[in-house]
Amino acid sequence: MSIQPILIAAAALFSIGIYGILVRRNAVMVLLSIELILNSVNINFVAFNAMLSDVFLNGQIFSIFIITIAAAEVGIGLAIVLMLFRNRETANINEFDLMKW
Amino acid sequence: MEAIDIFSYFLLLLLLLSGIKVVTTSNVIHAAIFLVFTLATTAILFILLSAEFVALVLVLVYIGAVIVLFLFGVMITRAPLGPNAELDNDQNKLFATLISLSIFGIFTYILLQTFDSTVVISEGTSTKLLGEILLSRFVFPFELVSFVLLGALIGGITLARKDNALMDEDQI
Repeated sequence: MSIQPILIAAAALFSIGIYGILVRRNAVMVLLSIELILNSVNINFVAFNAMLSDVFLNGQIFSIFIITIAAAEVGIGLAIVLMLFRNRETANINEFDLMKW
Repeated sequence: MEAIDIFSYFLLLLLLLSGIKVVTTSNVIHAAIFLVFTLATTAILFILLSAEFVALVLVLVYIGAVIVLFLFGVMITRAPLGPNAELDNDQNKLFATLISLSIFGIFTYILLQTFDSTVVISEGTSTKLLGEILLSRFVFPFELVSFVLLGALIGGITLARKDNALMDEDQI
């Protein structure tokens, strides 16, 4: 199978994630879109690893590291959203405008 | 065209459709469920690309842990569980569509011009080799990642717990 459809699908998933980040109002939904973007990067890494037939499996190892960092990021991100909700009684990111000039 | 190619195209189509549903559905719980679909199709794609350990890590960490965390986040922040028209920022929609479509166009142009090799589908396993490399060549980053997870654990607890001093002031 050619690698091009996989790469194009990963690029499409990346743009879908960008759309989600820009259009969603709830902060938890924005975090879901960030997960989509990280997932598309994982697809690219594993596809390139299969394309190059890498003996050191660098692509797979990097995607495992990305998954780990993404899990840590979700934990911290949801803790921050929880803290914001506790202080401002809302999780809508367009209402967090304290630092907006 | 072989049968496995048709299966891969079907898988990629399913991936994109469920990804689009994640960002367009007006129900918070449905978005999380469609993210599960997206990740599951990604895991099947990884198995086809002979990366079965990464696929299992994806299923365990994402579908097992992260989705549960997301559902807890949805419940704790009291997002409305039914269909909700307030979920999207409607005035950003045109702008966001333009930006994401232009990013997709640029990426597709570059990728089509640059890569035209083939990938090997489903030839043997790689888990044994992956374990050996992870604990020899990549052992330092592997240990470093555990510190990152510890930091995230402590940071999450510190951020999310109620501050006792502040609570005492409220009670007075």
